[in-house]
Amino acid sequence: MTAHRIAGAWLSVLLPGLGQLYHRQLGKGLSFAAVAAAGWYAIVFQLAERIEGLLTLGTNPSGFRKVGKLSVMMEGDHSIFLMVEGLIALFLAFLFAAFYLLCVRDAYRTGMLRERGDVPPRLKESLKQAGYKHFAYVVLFIPLSAVLFLTVLPLVFSILLAFTNYADPVLPPAHLLDWVGLQNFVNMLRMDIWSGTFTGILSWTIVWAVLATVTTYVGGVLVAILISQPRLRWKRFWRTALIVPFAIPNMVSLLVMRNMFNNQFGPVNRYLAYFGIEGIPWLTDPFWAKATVILVNMWIGMPVTMILAFGVLTTIPKDWYEAAEVDGAGTFQKLRHITFPMVLFSTAPLLIMQFAGNMNNFNVIYLLTNGDPVNIDYQFAGHTDLLVTWLYKLALNQSQFSYASVIGIAIFLIVASLSIWSYTRTKSYREEDMIQ
Amino acid sequence: MNTRLDRFKLGGSYVVLVILTAISLFPALWILMSSFKTGNSLYSDSLIPRELTLEHYRNLFENTQYIRWFANTFKVAVGSTLLGTALLLLGSYAISRFRFAGRKTTLKLFLVLQMFPGFMAMIAIYILLNSLGMLNSHGALILVYGSGAIITNVFVAKGFFDTIPQSLEDAARIDGAHHLRVFLSIIVPLSTPMLTYSSLMIFNGAFVDFLFADLILRTEEQRTLAVGLYRMVSQRNSTEFTMFAAGAVLVAVPVTLLFLFLQRFLIEGLTAGASKG
Repeated sequence: MTAHRIAGAWLSVLLPGLGQLYHRQLGKGLSFAAVAAAGWYAIVFQLAERIEGLLTLGTNPSGFRKVGKLSVMMEGDHSIFLMVEGLIALFLAFLFAAFYLLCVRDAYRTGMLRERGDVPPRLKESLKQAGYKHFAYVVLFIPLSAVLFLTVLPLVFSILLAFTNYADPVLPPAHLLDWVGLQNFVNMLRMDIWSGTFTGILSWTIVWAVLATVTTYVGGVLVAILISQPRLRWKRFWRTALIVPFAIPNMVSLLVMRNMFNNQFGPVNRYLAYFGIEGIPWLTDPFWAKATVILVNMWIGMPVTMILAFGVLTTIPKDWYEAAEVDGAGTFQKLRHITFPMVLFSTAPLLIMQFAGNMNNFNVIYLLTNGDPVNIDYQFAGHTDLLVTWLYKLALNQSQFSYASVIGIAIFLIVASLSIWSYTRTKSYREEDMIQ
Repeated sequence: MNTRLDRFKLGGSYVVLVILTAISLFPALWILMSSFKTGNSLYSDSLIPRELTLEHYRNLFENTQYIRWFANTFKVAVGSTLLGTALLLLGSYAISRFRFAGRKTTLKLFLVLQMFPGFMAMIAIYILLNSLGMLNSHGALILVYGSGAIITNVFVAKGFFDTIPQSLEDAARIDGAHHLRVFLSIIVPLSTPMLTYSSLMIFNGAFVDFLFADLILRTEEQRTLAVGLYRMVSQRNSTEFTMFAAGAVLVAVPVTLLFLFLQRFLIEGLTAGASKG
């Protein structure tokens, strides 16, 4: 009677479900066997072809062929389809492998049960057990498969594009794509037209992210401190009034701002004219456009920091301030030595997240300036373009999909290394026990 | 002795706050006033127009498909909120409560996914749908917004579930409640604040997204409000400014009111999200 688990496991290796049938679990065995048969069928008849498609991206170009005396347009391979189908096939193959392993394991375990003299559970009992013991997996199945197919798969696809020559004029279905290895990355760094634009935009992206983060952060914290002064009245009113920019959808407020800063007719320049300041080219001059996006970003971003700072401010013990006053500290000294360090300490990780968020701050740039004013030295980009908006323009306006993917990977690398760095920093903070 | 200085400082604070409030409210006030202004130009000689008119709103309803777009937006936003919240709840609850093999990997996967620029996947989905000929459907939008919501909100939700004491669930389990039962009758009611926050975020995201929706929705009948508004600005910017103003007010009002009324949940959610570390 010791061979049940071995026999069950080997039978399931042969075909999942056989082992379960051997253990007299009819419903379970049959349903596993059905899935397995379908899986094997797909692997035998489909997988090799799909993977070949993924590797070659098509061998049969579209074009005119001679058929008798006529030349006929023949549809060839569509590289994008081949790539997607190959990817999906690979994903499914991995899932199938996981299913296979689980089946074998299940047959082995049931065999062990039988050796101990227990009766193997029937299908109904197994299902009930799955809902109990493996609740986490059952529950996670739907969300994870949604993420897998709607986010991971497109992302992998997008990353793979960086290694192909999918850029205008090579566009399927008229042309076949090819794998080009790291050529696009080399071009981005070496070829003058690309590298000049890339370094220019990269440095502005970093300058922007630093300025945007610092201005909204400092501004938000200061406003929060202002409102939480003990003797200030109507706190609720100020708070609600200053949260309004956050409540208005920023897509709308940015489009509104674009009109407000209109050089000729916008209200901003008209009000400034009262003070004798005339005609500032808010959105059309490279320097002023950069200043404008930072100003507008302050308007949009300060409320969030303010809200968070309120939370921190209430946790600072009152007697610290009283102690400082006894020692003769003024307002400024209290701010410098108590308030700022406390706020900074508890929001430092957030600062890094905001920095990363600003690097990817698409809406502010795209809706306010659309990357303009145009920079003639740049490849398809303007003075205020960030890497993300450039990525967007490259992909959707210029059909330079492979280069767009290269930019996407670059952004990922920057954000990822920042996050890892911040993670280790905050960990070291925690270990140091600076304030607690 | 210090009172004069103090009073001066307090007075200064009020002045600063009044100025800041004016700046923060001005754009909203200006666009509201512009939407009631006669004529159609950007230029106006005073903030409060001399003559008020509702003509632009009428124009919007009669000459564009605004009502239809509104219905579309509502459908997409509600659909994605329902789908997204359900997926988020299930996913983050399982991650927070159960120590299963692959838990750490799943968390890391979400973290890494967050670091890619959002529409890198979007462009890929566009290419896919385009090659499959499945563009122009609201279902695709709902699926994408809904599944995207897990990735952006999972840490807030997980953090929230972490704070619900395990003993509550254990008590129910001892009484013989099943996992699903515990989840539905204990966890879900307790997580109303987090649910409000995340569904507000998902709703808002779907309501105002103009990028992905613009890519996917190809015909005028299928458009959402945000796309319609964005098109209005990018195509006939200065000539019909007042009509844009009316459109902007109509898009902004529902979301702004929701945000202001649910302020409390919003603040809680934001504060929780910030300390996810």
